[in-house]
Amino acid sequence: MTTENSSEAKRGSAAALATTVVFAGFIAVLGVFPGLYVGGGSVPVVLQNAGPLLAGVVLGARRATAAVVLFLALTAIGLPLLSGGRAGVAPFVGPSGGFLFGWILSALVAGAVVTRFKRTGLPVLLLAAALGLLADYAVGVPYLAFYLGDLRAAVVQSLVFLPGDVAKVLAVALIAAVLHRALPGRLAG
Amino acid sequence: MTGYQPGTSPLHRAPTGVKFVGMLVIATGVFVLSAPTWVGGVCLLVLAGYAVARLPLRYCWRVSRSLALIALLLFAVQWWLVSLDAAWLVSLRLVAAVGVANLFTATTRVDDVVSSIERAAAPLRRFGVRPDRLGLLAGLTMQAVSTLSLIAGQVREAAKARGADRSVIAFAVPFLVRTLRHADDLGEALAARGEDDRA
Amino acid sequence: MIEFDGLGHSYGDRRVLSGVTLRLPERRVAFVGANGSGKSTLARTINGLVHPTEGRALVDGLDPARDGRAVRRRVGFVFSNPDSQIVMPTAGEDVAFSLRRTTLSKKERAARAAELLAEFGLDGYADHPAHYLSGGQKQLLALCAMLVTEPDVLVCDEPTTLLDLRNKRQFVHRLEALRQQVVLVTHDLDLLERFDRVIVLDEGHVVADDRPEPALRHYRKLVG
Repeated sequence: MTTENSSEAKRGSAAALATTVVFAGFIAVLGVFPGLYVGGGSVPVVLQNAGPLLAGVVLGARRATAAVVLFLALTAIGLPLLSGGRAGVAPFVGPSGGFLFGWILSALVAGAVVTRFKRTGLPVLLLAAALGLLADYAVGVPYLAFYLGDLRAAVVQSLVFLPGDVAKVLAVALIAAVLHRALPGRLAG
Repeated sequence: MTGYQPGTSPLHRAPTGVKFVGMLVIATGVFVLSAPTWVGGVCLLVLAGYAVARLPLRYCWRVSRSLALIALLLFAVQWWLVSLDAAWLVSLRLVAAVGVANLFTATTRVDDVVSSIERAAAPLRRFGVRPDRLGLLAGLTMQAVSTLSLIAGQVREAAKARGADRSVIAFAVPFLVRTLRHADDLGEALAARGEDDRA
Repeated sequence: MIEFDGLGHSYGDRRVLSGVTLRLPERRVAFVGANGSGKSTLARTINGLVHPTEGRALVDGLDPARDGRAVRRRVGFVFSNPDSQIVMPTAGEDVAFSLRRTTLSKKERAARAAELLAEFGLDGYADHPAHYLSGGQKQLLALCAMLVTEPDVLVCDEPTTLLDLRNKRQFVHRLEALRQQVVLVTHDLDLLERFDRVIVLDEGHVVADDRPEPALRHYRKLVG
């Protein structure tokens, strides 16, 4: 019994490593692949910042967070993984760096909601994605406020991105709902 | 691309750890300084760094163009919402902090960053952290990026063939399915090569 | 009818097709060739997934590079990995997805999908999770999803790569029985005996164009 359990746990470690690196890569590829048209609009939207939310609702909190942390760490050491091939420490020390750090919380929160409710219908997924986005803003806006020395200015600047981000929350929930039905029993939740 | 730019300047040859600490001091220092003239001085220092590093002109142009764009936007908004002084301070801080961070990345090979981190974080091994695996993780992730790019291309073609080139679902769902399958395959491949035995 | 008129293509500096001029009135046409021979690229010019850098392809007089959408309504395309093209959770929904732009009601779409699935031996699988079908069943599903819109032509790019021998044969027999024109890209040579015409590509050039037997003899000599 004990040996069986430990071999099970061991098999888990390679699978966990694989999931982490593959989803770090997944978030990177979302940045390389621009030109997705959301809801029949004509402006292509880069979906990269939907990556942490997608990872969260698909993988659950632990693995999604690991993937996002790895993605950000590799970006920071200089691999060109951010959209537009950006790399290095600069994106993190820039004014919107907080929104990058916020991805970690984003994945954690979105994943935790899905795991907690153990249900993967559209309402739960919407809630997960929306709270995940909120978590990102909860880190990003204060960071920007510190940068600007002014909270009001930070809020105003962040509001510009809100409509696009809300559209992404809807898209993430929709995608995840279809995916959870397509692979029943395979995903987090 | 804003990654490493090959070169032989003193900045390229300086030890990674020293460069990193220098970058941190400058990037955080500008937030301590509150006089725009001082921060402007730091900007000039960073600019001198670019001259010393002799980075390709095309690279400098790209970096300064995107930096100027953000700085201008920030300047305008701050001026409008707060004051002209605040606008100067914030945009000069941005130029200094992002400029010096870019300088670090442009003059430091990823391999050198990886080995510095592996060395510096070695004591963390006692707490179960495995900094020696950063290089492995970087390699595996880049491999995953190229495989997934290929898959993304195929999925996109298939969506187009189904007349669904503008549907997010028709791209994202098959892409995620194949991403998950790739993760399964990679997990098995790693297990087969003894990855689990090392844990 | 499908025509190629002085068609050539390069990906950057890499030249993959040159001077392909063909008319394909036959019902069962196959392209064979080694990896990198240009056969997959040629197939993609038929429905506008690739726009050739020289010359052009024509489908019933329409240029896929210009009228992509119109051409893709006439030309279905099956890829080697069905996972790429299965969009919806269940087999029935996925076939019905192809009909989303028609005026049919949801019920009618589901009925049409179920009917077609049954015809291809997938009866009872309409509500089955599409991704949990076997490899052979998934490829048949991909085929159904293309056929339900009743295209005139079906292009298949190495559709049997992921299938075992039995499923390979079954799949190709299904193709042979279709009323549609079929253009098959493959390197499974033993599946082609009942095809009308086999075209051999090598390094982007047509090197043989004949009935299956002599064309395949030529190809086997080519690869040694």
